[in-house]
Amino acid sequence: MKDKILGIFPLDWRYDITSLPYVRSVLKSRWVPFLIIVFNLFFFTIILMAGVVGGVSAGNYNFAIMFVWILWWVMLMLVFVPFFSRIWCSTCPLPAFGEWIQRLGFLKVRNKLFGLNRKWPKQLKNMWLMNFLFLGTTYTTGFLTTRPIATFILLMAIILGSVVLSTVFERRSFCLYCCPVSGFQGLYSNIAMTEIRCKDPEVCRNHNVSTRAKALGCDYQQRDCVRGNENGYACPWLEVPFNQNRRNTYCGMCFECFKTCPYDNMAFNLRPPATDLVLDKKRGLDEAWKAFMMLGIAIFFFLIMQGPFGFLKDWANAKTLAGYLSYISVHSTFNLLIFPGIFFVFSYASHALGRTELPLKRVFINFSYTLVPLGLMAWIAFSVGIIFANGSYLIHVISDPFGWGWNLLGTANFPWTPFMTGMVPYMQIGGLLLGLALSLDIGFKIARQTFKNRDEAVMGFYPIAAFLTVTTMFLMWLFTG
Amino acid sequence: MKNGKLILLIIIFVLLTSLSLTLAQPEAPREREITIEAYKFAYNPEIIEVNQGDKVTIRFISTDVHHGLYIDGYELKTDAIPGHEGEITFVANKTGKFTMRCSVTCGAFHPYMISYLKVKPDYRLFGSILLALILFLSSIVLMVRKER
Repeated sequence: MKDKILGIFPLDWRYDITSLPYVRSVLKSRWVPFLIIVFNLFFFTIILMAGVVGGVSAGNYNFAIMFVWILWWVMLMLVFVPFFSRIWCSTCPLPAFGEWIQRLGFLKVRNKLFGLNRKWPKQLKNMWLMNFLFLGTTYTTGFLTTRPIATFILLMAIILGSVVLSTVFERRSFCLYCCPVSGFQGLYSNIAMTEIRCKDPEVCRNHNVSTRAKALGCDYQQRDCVRGNENGYACPWLEVPFNQNRRNTYCGMCFECFKTCPYDNMAFNLRPPATDLVLDKKRGLDEAWKAFMMLGIAIFFFLIMQGPFGFLKDWANAKTLAGYLSYISVHSTFNLLIFPGIFFVFSYASHALGRTELPLKRVFINFSYTLVPLGLMAWIAFSVGIIFANGSYLIHVISDPFGWGWNLLGTANFPWTPFMTGMVPYMQIGGLLLGLALSLDIGFKIARQTFKNRDEAVMGFYPIAAFLTVTTMFLMWLFTG
Repeated sequence: MKNGKLILLIIIFVLLTSLSLTLAQPEAPREREITIEAYKFAYNPEIIEVNQGDKVTIRFISTDVHHGLYIDGYELKTDAIPGHEGEITFVANKTGKFTMRCSVTCGAFHPYMISYLKVKPDYRLFGSILLALILFLSSIVLMVRKER
């Protein structure tokens, strides 16, 4: 019997979206992504300008704050990541300067990249750096979401960081290992309902590396998608696109492999949600911690931005130095130690009940991936609480992006209008229950992979299922109770 | 056998939990007058609790700048500046937690100036916890059955 997600969607079900007319030619075009990046760049230029000259201290009347933290962030969590994986990365304008400098152009393919093209240090080829950079960024959440200049500084730091690192390290090393937004997008993209994979693995297996490439020292793995050719660049994300046993985590959805593949063998698949989480490969502590931190940060963000406790807002807003340091300490301790510690206790129980010979560390890591669906749903629950209440400010700022008294679209005087806020708790509950169902289902599948036989798997699953259920109940109480 | 006993224990736990939740009785309605003070960027008290059917009058005071008070779900609104109070009177006929938020831009943290109105008993929370427990139980039963 075929394994299914939630007992409904067969794990191996795929539909190649590029089989629809025009989609493949759009994805193979160099112009389309370039134009999208240029459009986003124009938008982010306005955002950066508004960050400096927007001049309104109240964040809700500033274009930069509203479009980055209310619209973009919410779109990322609600639409881009769950449905289209890391599609944002392919259109993100922030690292575009670095990439254009490497390529010394915009559209022409030039496989000899400018810069030192050094390999990223092996010890840092994981999510740890991104984990700490993201955690560091959350220390400033009280400023980022309320003070336009803070958003400007963060975005400029990302742009400058990407430019500098692009001239030193190969391809998209900055995006892969440094960008604070990249880590959680990668982890949560395991749930995404789309993926880029090869159509027929046999075609890739039989793809002969050219004699010329062999003469240049390319080994058998260096297919066109890996080393690039006259039609496209070597995978900017350092992936091996023809490897079917890979997850979405590090695929930037740039579609470069569509351009380089001489056999037109790449597919942009629609697939059941969370299928990557079942893949028993390359699970690591770095990603486990990312899962803990993201869920913990969602709880903290909720308490600060949608909770009633004034002292927490004062802490995050750095009203006093002592308060701010308390915020950093409590926030870090909970996310880095306490929450993973609680999960460790349940993993220990799972290990003991399941009586597996596998190391406890492996059980801990494997089951940490069950937090991914619940974590994403917690972020979605947080996001709907933000967008439905504050979305109407967007209508105001789009007419007056710099706070100069403009009324470009005639909506500058649009009043604050909460939209369906009475329904938000029901959406949050629905989302969290769906997250629990997915987490339990993934946990059930991971238990079968982790433990040797049926009895071990069933016994080992109990503590994890209990943890997930209690966490969901806590989140529902926090958000709606 | 061991699994069977464990499942039985879980079922009993779930049933007892749901029973206690459903037996929660609402208190008799009464009139309440509650004063809420607003200051940058919070309310005092942070959370107000009433019972379903209570006639609630909120006296709204600002201690610093112009603040507002909007109640999600009830869609009621008032505002206040120092020296001028606002007031809302309503019957708390909807149960659950309702976010009360500032409706007048009052400074940097304005969009996050929040307090809660809790109208008991919270059937929505009881129901959602029950659904979570049912999911938990179903996953256990499904796993045991599937593995057999």
